[in-house]
Amino acid sequence: MFTQRHFLGIAGLTQEELLFLLDTAESFREISEREVKKVPTLRGKTIINLFYESSTRTRTSFEIAAKRLSADAINITASASSVTKGETLLDTARNLVAMRPAAIVIRHPSSGAPHFLARLVDCPVINAGDGTHEHPTQALLDLLTIRERKGSIAGLTVAIVGDVLHSRVARSNMLALTTLGAQVRLIGPRTLLPAEFRSWGVELHTDLRQGLAGADVVMALRLQRERQARNFFPSTEEYSRRFGISLAALAEAKPDVLIMHPGPMNRGVEIDSTVADGPYSVILDQVTNGVAVRMAILYLLTTQTQEVVEVEPTVRDEAAA
Amino acid sequence: MAKKAARVVLDGEAIRRALTRITHEILEKNQGTDHLALVGIHTRGVDLSRRLAAKLEEEEGVKIPCGEIDITLYRDDVGRKRTRPEVRGTHIPFSVDDTRIVLVDDVFYTGRTIRAAMDALIDFGRPRSIQLAVLVDRGHRELPIRPDYVGKNLPTARSEHVHVRLSEREGTDEVVIE
Repeated sequence: MFTQRHFLGIAGLTQEELLFLLDTAESFREISEREVKKVPTLRGKTIINLFYESSTRTRTSFEIAAKRLSADAINITASASSVTKGETLLDTARNLVAMRPAAIVIRHPSSGAPHFLARLVDCPVINAGDGTHEHPTQALLDLLTIRERKGSIAGLTVAIVGDVLHSRVARSNMLALTTLGAQVRLIGPRTLLPAEFRSWGVELHTDLRQGLAGADVVMALRLQRERQARNFFPSTEEYSRRFGISLAALAEAKPDVLIMHPGPMNRGVEIDSTVADGPYSVILDQVTNGVAVRMAILYLLTTQTQEVVEVEPTVRDEAAA
Repeated sequence: MAKKAARVVLDGEAIRRALTRITHEILEKNQGTDHLALVGIHTRGVDLSRRLAAKLEEEEGVKIPCGEIDITLYRDDVGRKRTRPEVRGTHIPFSVDDTRIVLVDDVFYTGRTIRAAMDALIDFGRPRSIQLAVLVDRGHRELPIRPDYVGKNLPTARSEHVHVRLSEREGTDEVVIE
């Protein structure tokens, strides 16, 4: 079962909760294969997508998920909103809550922004990526894709390659994969590979081929230039030569290895086109599963009953004022 | 509310006979198995639809397409009840267009489940007709929906509970009222 009010991160979720979320997501997958890709479940409910960072996949995916559940989806992008006029996140949130949404989906460049919001508003908050912290729906869709192909997660060796330091995808995946019993290896240049991750029970590798040896799944991470305040490696060319996923490097992995990438891809930097478009790539399956995962999360959070939900009355009064 | 003692209203043999009779009624009404398909409603309706399919095959030598439907996402009480029902997935491995569909459920009560199931079915296409087979009709309908095939009409009070136990799940076949 899943009884949390918000969906802020993978951290703290039990194995049982993760498996329940995956099972629920799996039953939603079929809806997107129907002729009429819509069920009436969230009729009359409004979902607000509040995006303070650019996004194609995640925002579209949440929007489609909401619409396939018959909810009304409203997208707010920071660049085209009152945020550019100086409104704070708190004020924006209070105003949005006053419009009575069933849930707010937020992406924000600051780690912890969704958690801050969750304390202040009286509707469920869903983290669609916060800074370098977590991207929990991405981890769920990755798990769903792996489980679909491999049957189960436990016992698999998953190599996460690239800019681990700046990657919320890597953090959420690390937590989810280790909770479900997979062995996680992080591969990248030492400057992008925080040593403290060892305490999460994962292996660190600075040699790509060594790290890929015997891997069941390889997740390439995007090189996040926008978050790199200083130079972490000499040049993109050298990075690509040492850590780019090529067919040659993949020879070390298992013959039935799965290739994943959360997108957007920098082709020729962290992943070769021959690999991204190759037979082991499940990159587009990830996108398809993303809709099912987000439908499941929206369904679970917005159909909680008033009895289950605890609201801090003072905040609600403020928000309504 | 004092609980009444449980009373068995259908035993294994009676359930078997009721399903055999329904099988014949389905064949009679549809004049055979042309365009016929069964769709069971989760959970016990699915078990019953498989039993009916086996009997139809025994009788006519034809395999009837079988699907299953989960109505959770079509309920009219989403967010109103205390417990949030689990979503179990819908699987209809045939085109419903121009098919005579027999919906199968264990207990017919208010009719709301059937309303939801019909909405769900129609999202998959345009069936030629939808019929309804239930093991027990316990009365108290709240919508203008009536089953075509009934195993047993069972007048009940709203305070009573009807439990259908099937060997696929509970290891025994019986319908109990308490």
